[in-house]
Amino acid sequence: MFACVRRPQGGGRGGLANARIHVRSDGGIERGFVVVVCRACPEPQCAKVCPSNALERREGGGVRLLSEKCLGCGNCVAACPFGAAFWDDEAAKPVICTYCGFCATWCPHGVLALERVGQDIRVAISQERG
Amino acid sequence: MLPDDPLSRVLYVDLSRREARVERRPELFEKGLGGAGVAIRLLEEECPQEADPLGPQNPIVLAVGPLVGLFPLASKTVAMFKSPLTGNLGESHAGGRSAVALRLAGYGALVLRGASESPVYVAVHGERVLFRDASSLWGVRNSATVARVVRQREPGAGFRSLLRIGRAGERLVPYACVTTETYRHFGRMGLGAVFGAKKLKALAVAGHHSLPVADPKGYRETYKEIHEAAVSSPLMKKYHDLGTPENVLPLNMLKGLPTRNLQAASFEGAEKLSGEKLAEDFLGRRLACAHCPVGCIHLAALREPSEHEAYFYKTAMIGYDYELIYALGTMLGGSDARGLLRLIEAIEVVGLDAMSTGVALAWATEAMERGLVKPDAAAGVALRWGEYPAYVRAVELIVEQPNDFYRALARGVEHAAAKYGGAEFALAFGGLEMPGYHTGPAAHLGFLTGARHSHLDAAGYSIDQKAIKASELPSPQAVAEALLKEERWRQVLASLVVCFFARNIYQPPVVAKALVSAGFTLSESDLTRLGADILRAKHAFKRREGFSLDAPRIPKRIFETPSPLGRIAPDFLREALAAFAAGAAAK
Repeated sequence: MFACVRRPQGGGRGGLANARIHVRSDGGIERGFVVVVCRACPEPQCAKVCPSNALERREGGGVRLLSEKCLGCGNCVAACPFGAAFWDDEAAKPVICTYCGFCATWCPHGVLALERVGQDIRVAISQERG
Repeated sequence: MLPDDPLSRVLYVDLSRREARVERRPELFEKGLGGAGVAIRLLEEECPQEADPLGPQNPIVLAVGPLVGLFPLASKTVAMFKSPLTGNLGESHAGGRSAVALRLAGYGALVLRGASESPVYVAVHGERVLFRDASSLWGVRNSATVARVVRQREPGAGFRSLLRIGRAGERLVPYACVTTETYRHFGRMGLGAVFGAKKLKALAVAGHHSLPVADPKGYRETYKEIHEAAVSSPLMKKYHDLGTPENVLPLNMLKGLPTRNLQAASFEGAEKLSGEKLAEDFLGRRLACAHCPVGCIHLAALREPSEHEAYFYKTAMIGYDYELIYALGTMLGGSDARGLLRLIEAIEVVGLDAMSTGVALAWATEAMERGLVKPDAAAGVALRWGEYPAYVRAVELIVEQPNDFYRALARGVEHAAAKYGGAEFALAFGGLEMPGYHTGPAAHLGFLTGARHSHLDAAGYSIDQKAIKASELPSPQAVAEALLKEERWRQVLASLVVCFFARNIYQPPVVAKALVSAGFTLSESDLTRLGADILRAKHAFKRREGFSLDAPRIPKRIFETPSPLGRIAPDFLREALAAFAAGAAAK
């Protein structure tokens, strides 16, 4: 999460605002953690509910946010079953993973990896280590 | 400090009036950085002389520092208050998510004032501060249940920290702890009782601001340097692999591991409680504090069959660390790891400081062995070395306090020994029960002189270990000087606030460089001076409240049981104490 905010395209700041990946406990820390990150769905539900076609489908899965087309309705946030479409309160626009893989390079325990799926890439979460 | 950094914002929460307000205090942070450096100033401002630690005048200060939220391992919150256990400066540090949550909620410090009339929990969601009725949560058997309830009622999963007390805090046991994120604690010196006296059952803090940095590119470079040092350092690997229990066998081999109330300094059952053995038999999960790549938190999976029904199991996840293995294992002569884990769980349920509790139980066991206390006086509980069911029962009775004996034991070993005798083996320094090191004179001198009376003040055990390696005891003056130097530097780390496990990474040049990203320009000598100033301020507070290094009580036991550096000479300690006092007073 910190890495996502720190990267140049993420604002190059400290802290956690508008991170495109989220980690929380699985209902209490004794149960371990859950990583929430866009899994680059082949049939993205977020794109289906976008009224202004601001979420453009990527080849191989996932979406690209076209900010200028976005109306800020928040449908995508509600539609993503994984909760991986986040929200920028200030800009009133969604925060969508760009599949840059920066987070994976900073994961010290091998939980995250950048994977190629067909033509495209996405961040994968290791089930064994996650 | 960067002008748009929310660090300088102090959130004042008045529990009597149920009001909150924010004040910008840039001068405090410019001068003291954060953490300990700011907390001691806020404590001076807020805590009147001779305030009752359990009265509404005693404030609770929580402070974080400029590196929190920016750099890895800057993961600690410093709590300051007047301790109900020692009657003097109370300071306790904890990790979990507490530091990152407070910083990213937009604050550098939080001050809790006054006291609520009825049980309350406070939820801080960024700018919003909510006072929630906690009447139904008061008295709940297991403090973890309280955490679950608050977790379900408050938003912010992944961005929040949850501090709570158990029944021990409600009943004002002066060594009650505050638990954060289930497995981390503001353990020492009784912050839990101060929460309890304020009728504050829990505090939830949530926030996910971003933070400005002076130069994004330079920031990323410094980050990389620190991160790489952290993930590649052997010390960090040690803490990740076995955690702090890695130290059990080496300390036992040295014969510096306090055993059976320090009647011995090595334990025949140490193998069974070693980090290696616990990992092999019980390790179920490892965790990290927020923004830490190390992950030193080790949880044991304890699978327990039902007494009443076949094939009916409960699996509990129980955190274990070196200090718990010492206080609740070797000090109690226990080599049954399952018994130890059950005792740790019992202590978590009620929310006591595990170290003080273990030392109190060790004193009580020896007092019974010597006939100073009869089992009749202890509600029929016969405490014997290594017998865990009786210890589990005694923990519950320390909280319930059904009779004079448990009322006394619930006030710490010094108080109990004053009533029942056995002061010579009541192992407390400055009123605080002893940590797990009998490595030589430097360890004990550190417990006596340290502002927190903790092994963490100046790590005297490390000075002893160097002397053991060199087979040469330094002079009392040299020991005093080394302790003072280390304690001063640690004030800087405690102001950033960096985990002390990372002290080898955060050396002065790295600290100075990291601070540049946060907009602080400080030379290494500025930092050294700052450390000395902060320690001086702590000492001034302690003197104001009646502490003196002139003739502190020293339990005789530490002179009787040989340390790895031989028997500790009372004269050596006296000389070193005088040298420390002189050094601390010098400009």
